[in-house]
Amino acid sequence: MVDITPADGIPPAEVAEVELYHPHSWWTKYVFSQDAKVIAIQYSATATGIGLVALVLSWLMRLQLGFPGTFDFITPEAYYQFITMHGMIMVIYLLTALFLGGFGNYLIPLMVGARDMVFPYVNMLSYWIYLLAVLVLVSSFFAPGGPTGAGWTLYPPQAIMSGTPGGQDWGIILMLSSLILFIIGFTMGGLNYVVTVLQGRTRGMTMMRLPLTVWGIFTATVMALLAFPALFVASVMMLLDRVLGTSFFMPAISEMGEQLQHNGGSPILFQHLFWFFGHPEVYIVALPAFGIVSDLISTHARKNIFGYRMMVWAIVGIGALSFVVWAHHMYVSGMHPYFGFFFATTTLIIAIPTAIKVYNWVLTLWRGDIHLTIPMLFALAFIVTFVNGGLTGLFLGNVVVDVPLSDTMFVVAHFHMVMGVAPILVVFGAIYHWYPKVTGRMLNEALGRFHFWVTFLGAYLIFFPMHYLGLMGVPRRYAELTDMTIMTESAHHLNSFISIMAFIVGFAQMVFLFNLIWSIRHGREAGGNPWRATTLEWQTPQTPPAHGNFGKDLPIVYRWAYDYSVPGAKEDFIPQNIPGSFGPSKEPA
Amino acid sequence: MAVALVLVLIVVGSVLFHLLSPWWWTPIASNWAYIDNTIIITFWITGIVFAAVVLFMAYCVFRFRHREGNRAFYEPENKRLESWLTIVTAVGVTALLVPGLFVWSRFVNVPSDATNVEVVAQQWQWSFRLPGKDGKLGTSDTRDVTADNPLGVIGGDPNGQDDVVVEAADLHLPVGKPVKMLLRSIDVLHDFYVPEFRAKMDMIPGSVTYFWFTPTRTGTFQVLCAELCGQGHPLMHGVVVVDTQQDYLAWLGQQQTFAQLSAPLQTGSADQAPGKTMASGLKIAAKLETVRAR
Repeated sequence: MVDITPADGIPPAEVAEVELYHPHSWWTKYVFSQDAKVIAIQYSATATGIGLVALVLSWLMRLQLGFPGTFDFITPEAYYQFITMHGMIMVIYLLTALFLGGFGNYLIPLMVGARDMVFPYVNMLSYWIYLLAVLVLVSSFFAPGGPTGAGWTLYPPQAIMSGTPGGQDWGIILMLSSLILFIIGFTMGGLNYVVTVLQGRTRGMTMMRLPLTVWGIFTATVMALLAFPALFVASVMMLLDRVLGTSFFMPAISEMGEQLQHNGGSPILFQHLFWFFGHPEVYIVALPAFGIVSDLISTHARKNIFGYRMMVWAIVGIGALSFVVWAHHMYVSGMHPYFGFFFATTTLIIAIPTAIKVYNWVLTLWRGDIHLTIPMLFALAFIVTFVNGGLTGLFLGNVVVDVPLSDTMFVVAHFHMVMGVAPILVVFGAIYHWYPKVTGRMLNEALGRFHFWVTFLGAYLIFFPMHYLGLMGVPRRYAELTDMTIMTESAHHLNSFISIMAFIVGFAQMVFLFNLIWSIRHGREAGGNPWRATTLEWQTPQTPPAHGNFGKDLPIVYRWAYDYSVPGAKEDFIPQNIPGSFGPSKEPA
Repeated sequence: MAVALVLVLIVVGSVLFHLLSPWWWTPIASNWAYIDNTIIITFWITGIVFAAVVLFMAYCVFRFRHREGNRAFYEPENKRLESWLTIVTAVGVTALLVPGLFVWSRFVNVPSDATNVEVVAQQWQWSFRLPGKDGKLGTSDTRDVTADNPLGVIGGDPNGQDDVVVEAADLHLPVGKPVKMLLRSIDVLHDFYVPEFRAKMDMIPGSVTYFWFTPTRTGTFQVLCAELCGQGHPLMHGVVVVDTQQDYLAWLGQQQTFAQLSAPLQTGSADQAPGKTMASGLKIAAKLETVRAR
């Protein structure tokens, strides 16, 4: 490795301390904290809490699908409210908030060698506005008419009409308001993550020495800052349509024999705005998962990530391409059919950088020294489910194949596998990996393995067979599947099986939650670097890291993040802040 | 060991499930066997990739699992391998895309001998309109929808007078004749979907969308709505009957034209009048009741 010595012109290691950022009381230390690590835990806890609501909602909808007619309280109205809130919570309030607000806040400053985010006060505001967004969302459960049942895509005109639960009540208004708040809060956090990565890196930490976790979160945040405005304006416009009676998305409509006071709007305009946000959103969730899983695999296989530069360019390439594929969600929306040629081509092109990432993960395993720790198990499970879900994307992305499959259970199975199960497996892997840094203790191993096997195999058994229901033609978003000629007796049995698996997998998450709480006091002491990892967060003087992260002096970085099993080195890992050369340098320039 | 074994079992299990499970597509009833073939090609290519990746992982986990004294091989990059894999992937993707786009171009280009059939959706029922002897459908507008003119056909358009209107009843089609389905909605998004025909398309209030197909066998097929359209969505079933030419003509002879339907009616349309004054919640409940009873 080439030694990096601070050259002339490089500013002194740190800017002067700002008194304001230091906590002075219990309130400013744990509640209104400006420390990114505390904010990360606040984000994660809130996201997990609302995620549990989404889990219960999924049980309720599976009760209805698996055992139709058994539970009278699940009316079609309630069913649509359940699926809508489940989808929205999972995609926005859980996954986006957890990956960016949770992992982003905790890991970015530590991994780039910064004391904190560059704008700590704005970072704090970001969390509190997120919390407000969650509370507004939850309040819709208690509002007259209940939450919206428009489907998580909120397609107008039905989203704001009386045939849809919450359409002419409070549900849709609270949903749109909550989204607007979420985006405001996210923008505050997002600017922080981007500027911290660009400006807050410690000396020697070049962009091409960043761990892939940071690359994933960074690129996802840039994308989110570009994509969320589309959802923001769409939400504002729909709110105006609903509250003030404008007609952005509302054409002339005759509802149940009555002419509505709308005219000339375009329902499909909403779909374009929604998916211009919605498709990048898939990668906003996926890219942090890609980054994190790369680091999990590398650390636990004791081997450098294979093809680091290619991995970085694949992340950036996927991020850029994801902005020109949105209309593959709209092949049968009635947009001009010639768009199908363009969007099918771009969509299948995005499969190439994605495939490269998969190859590089499995090639990292090749000739590694694979420790089958719990984070590694989750990483392996991620690859299986992600490959499975990614490949079914080749069905749905290939415009004509999408025609029979779109709006069926095939789509539900596909996106759950690829952006539900796969990223959540990474979340679990990441929690087992970084929990020792956050708390100083290891999570319980036996409970962890139980949690892993039930979650992985259970989720696969839920979603793999579900594709075949879609292939039969079973549509999604059906509150009841009765009186349908395509629904065979055996298909109903399959639905019952899927529901039972869903309860089992849900139960395993309770075990995980118990483990999270129990291990805070009773887990095995972890020490500062239990996984013998190279990245900076494991090199902090205290575990958990104190306010300011790195003690008196910030670390100086001398090497990339993947010096595992370097020939000639005594240990099988060399932390990034260790100077000196060990044999021939192979770090990609 | 156990992990490698489970990975192998996932591949074997998935393939066996695919081959042996009873859940497969319905027997096709249209010309879109091309789409089925494209799906088969996609299953082959993606199935091979899935098996290859997961089995390779299983091998790695077995062969390179940690044992005392093991050390990983240090190899940050391998340009040749990386470009080689990129090229193979690009070839695979092209093999999927080219047939896909080829079939799509057939799907979007309607043959010139296709007959127009209009489908009009509303919460939560299907209506249909066929061109009369002139072969042309009259223009329509949602703002012209009334109880007596449920499809909003513009009364002044001479082309519309002989149009056959099928309100909330079954559609019949002759076998072997290409049809262009012109899709319209008067309230929210819907989607006209018959699984056996393989084709579907959203219907958007304010626009006319389309798809075409040729029914290839006679029979009765269920129409499903495939775009969430409110709480009656799962009840929004319809029926398409594919007839021989003879049966089709017999059915067509019994249908009424727009001109016949819009002649002044004697009845006071008892079930419509109270509808106008009902609160919207009650109206929806009443509508759901009607749909459910059908």
